[in-house]
Amino acid sequence: MATAHTTVDAAGLSWGPRALIRRLRSGDEVARLITLLFALVVVLLTVLLVDQLWINSAEARHRFGLAFFWTRQWDPVFNQFGALPFIYGTLVTSALGLLIAVPLGLGAAIFLAELAPRRLSDNLTFLIDLLAAVPSVIYGLLGIFILVPLMRTEIQPALKRTLGFTPLFQGPAYGIGLLTAGLVLAVMIVPFIISVSREVLLAVPGEQREAALALGATRWEATWKAVVPYARTGIIGSIFLALARALGETMAVTMVIGNNPRISASLFGPGYSIAAVLANEFSEATGNLYLSALIELGLVLFLLTFVINGLARLLIFLTTSRGSLVHT
Amino acid sequence: MFWRKSVNVLMLSLTGLCALVAVSVLFFILGYLVYHGGKDVNWDFFTKLPKPVGEAGGGMANAIVGSSKLLLLAALFGVPVGLLGGVYLAEFGGRAVPFVVRYTADLLNGVPSIVIGIFAYALVVMPVHHFSTFAGGFALGVMMIPIVLRSTEEFLRAVPPALREGAMALGASKWRTISSVVLPAASRGILTAALLALARVAGETAPLLFTAFGNRFWSPGWGQPIASLPVMIFTYAVGPYEDWHRQAWAAGLVLLGLVLITNIVVRTLLSRGTSPQRP
Amino acid sequence: MSMRKVLGFALLMVLAAAPAWAQNINAAGATFPYPIYSKWFDEYHKLHPTVQINYQSIGSGGGIRQLLDKTVDFGASDGPMTDEQLQQASVKVLHFPTVLGADVPSYNIPGVTGELKFTPEALAGIFLGKVTKWNDPAISGANPGVKLPAEDIVVVHRSDGSGTTYIWTDYLSKVSDEWRTKVGKNTSVNWPVGLGGKGNEGVAGLVKQTPNSIGYVELIYAVQNNIPYGSVKNATGEFVKPSLAGVSAAAAGAATSMPDDFRVSITNAPGKAAYPISSFTWLLIPAQIQDAAKKVAIKDFLGWMLTAGQQFCEPLAYAKLPKEVVAKEQKAIAMIQ
Repeated sequence: MATAHTTVDAAGLSWGPRALIRRLRSGDEVARLITLLFALVVVLLTVLLVDQLWINSAEARHRFGLAFFWTRQWDPVFNQFGALPFIYGTLVTSALGLLIAVPLGLGAAIFLAELAPRRLSDNLTFLIDLLAAVPSVIYGLLGIFILVPLMRTEIQPALKRTLGFTPLFQGPAYGIGLLTAGLVLAVMIVPFIISVSREVLLAVPGEQREAALALGATRWEATWKAVVPYARTGIIGSIFLALARALGETMAVTMVIGNNPRISASLFGPGYSIAAVLANEFSEATGNLYLSALIELGLVLFLLTFVINGLARLLIFLTTSRGSLVHT
Repeated sequence: MFWRKSVNVLMLSLTGLCALVAVSVLFFILGYLVYHGGKDVNWDFFTKLPKPVGEAGGGMANAIVGSSKLLLLAALFGVPVGLLGGVYLAEFGGRAVPFVVRYTADLLNGVPSIVIGIFAYALVVMPVHHFSTFAGGFALGVMMIPIVLRSTEEFLRAVPPALREGAMALGASKWRTISSVVLPAASRGILTAALLALARVAGETAPLLFTAFGNRFWSPGWGQPIASLPVMIFTYAVGPYEDWHRQAWAAGLVLLGLVLITNIVVRTLLSRGTSPQRP
Repeated sequence: MSMRKVLGFALLMVLAAAPAWAQNINAAGATFPYPIYSKWFDEYHKLHPTVQINYQSIGSGGGIRQLLDKTVDFGASDGPMTDEQLQQASVKVLHFPTVLGADVPSYNIPGVTGELKFTPEALAGIFLGKVTKWNDPAISGANPGVKLPAEDIVVVHRSDGSGTTYIWTDYLSKVSDEWRTKVGKNTSVNWPVGLGGKGNEGVAGLVKQTPNSIGYVELIYAVQNNIPYGSVKNATGEFVKPSLAGVSAAAAGAATSMPDDFRVSITNAPGKAAYPISSFTWLLIPAQIQDAAKKVAIKDFLGWMLTAGQQFCEPLAYAKLPKEVVAKEQKAIAMIQ
């Protein structure tokens, strides 16, 4: 066709060669293309990342298949690699972290969103957001020099005395181990639970609380029975977010977990998480299968955090108006 | 009724206690760092190089410069990509492409930093067979991108439509509007988000372990391994030497001090202006 | 952007850029000899200010791997490279022994300050997880008169790929069939029990901070950190305390019969005065180095290390190389093209 069609699309742009030249001259199209290019860099990087993880783990994936997930051996001498000890360590420490952080964080969030005067709430939230900015290695530093001796000399013996009949609290008190790592993780993820839950609670319409109060409920009852259930989805989302964070935590964990790929029934025992073994063994894995097994672990961790983050965002989306939250 | 009233008081106090405990952790951390590290943050710490293993003394001058160089690279890589990408999402995008970009940005943001380190190793270190400042900066930059991207988009969207319409009424093209009116209006928010992202990656250790590697000396240029504060803290903390431990505390204090000061200054500026953004 | 800003930025880039005359050599590997290597590279830098040898102690496994990946100019390891590893290398790798050291059983038992005697069976049993308490007969039998507590033994080993582990497991494989078949010898093994520390530094740190613990470290790490260490029964039946004399005695036999590629194991060596857990440690140098300036610097360093450098060994509790080995190595330097 000799003449150009000019149609106008939703973004107000016109198509057709003459219109194209006009737009190019005005600089808008160039701007659009350039910014589009930069935006696509993000997509490119992510695709590359997944690609690298997939390709470089090929040898291990072909050799071990699905059995990788339930093999307990991690033996570089005999070239037998299994992910179970690391999955176990990662899940146990994260679960411990959540167990401690969720009640604490939720309680604090309820206080800050519902029960505290506005100025106090804002100031405290500011401080808690600062806590989220503390680097992991600093937590590790405090973990090694303050928490571990405390665990070894006071807390673990006390637990052994009182709860030592369960297999969970038996064995020698090293100070280092699954329990300590779980505690450090708890401290690290509390700020995330607090800040997201607080936002979620604040987003609950005031009518909910007012209706409960009008019916004669106490402050606490109004909060616990009317507001919190309304925000339940978002709060669970915040828990998932914190979980995703805990799963990937590297430095603080590797400094206090004991770095032994054992599956220990007792929480006092040393363990290993996926992130920790990557930090320790990646730069020295000789042999392609060894390296490939480590990268497969990285892939597993990536997939795990991907799924949990996705669930978290979905849940939070369902509660607050904003789409996704990018957290530090 | 009495029961309900006492439960009310009890829970009020309990939740208040939870908040108090959470906040006091921050003060504990600061307190311990000041107590253990304060006396060792001296002139030597900032100006001397590390001494041979086992000998007392020396400092972390190369690590401080190293972290600065790494952050400079991270910003050079992360900010333009995040900024321009955010401009696209807020100003030009349609439906499909922005959705994919946002989704992958959130995905990238959730990737554990150790996996980003592996990625940077495979992409930047292996092909040239060299650990480098550049590789470390790249890894940190990748971590900055999603934060800057999403923040830029949010702040651009928050600019009142009236400003845009005014510019266009005066005959400005779309790009002119963005560059002269919209971006400057959102600039404070974007700058603060970039600074917060920088403060976040300043403390990252894991991605540097196999990219920047480490250096006992000064690292010239951008293609050599380089020391950094977080990695030094890690190395010294897990070692046996008392002198190393003291230096680790001092370094921890310096690092945390810088991170916290940046966060406090930036967040205060931010909350006085546009709507609060969580970076 | 104003002109001043552009100039300032350019200046920054120039200042941060490499001076053309400086040699930056990157190396990585064993933590076993890290104290002496860091001293050497520091001293060499003082003599040759334009040469910076940046050595990162990431463990012998790391040294081998980074050398194979060619991300470092040379590596270091206390476990010699295996034939498979040598085959993986794209250029030939030469082993250059640097010092001799001792892998010692260091321990932290509250109340026990003296020197404990360990039999091979005791050590194998402890690290296999069979001997679990300090007052087990396997240990107390060799230490009459020492009050050992009825506490659980906390075993500490390496979490990273380590030549120190290689030496330790090499020894245990020689003295214990069960160890040899169940665990084997390597830079990284599947430890039956224990906590993992990163590097010799990490193990020493853990032992120092954990009561009732035992870990294997290079002698200097125990000495510098005032951690007690014990004597070990050697092949002739004598309990020998780790020392320079014991290590040199262990190397005496190997000195005269050193193979051309310098790969040799001297654990459980014969001889009354020999300390049984001794080892050479090697620098792994590629036989072909592309960068001419780096090649010159590395060869010069090796020559210096074999002569003037050896004086720094003994103050740091490493034994000097035997004369015959030094002579052989000096000839081997010529093989680096």
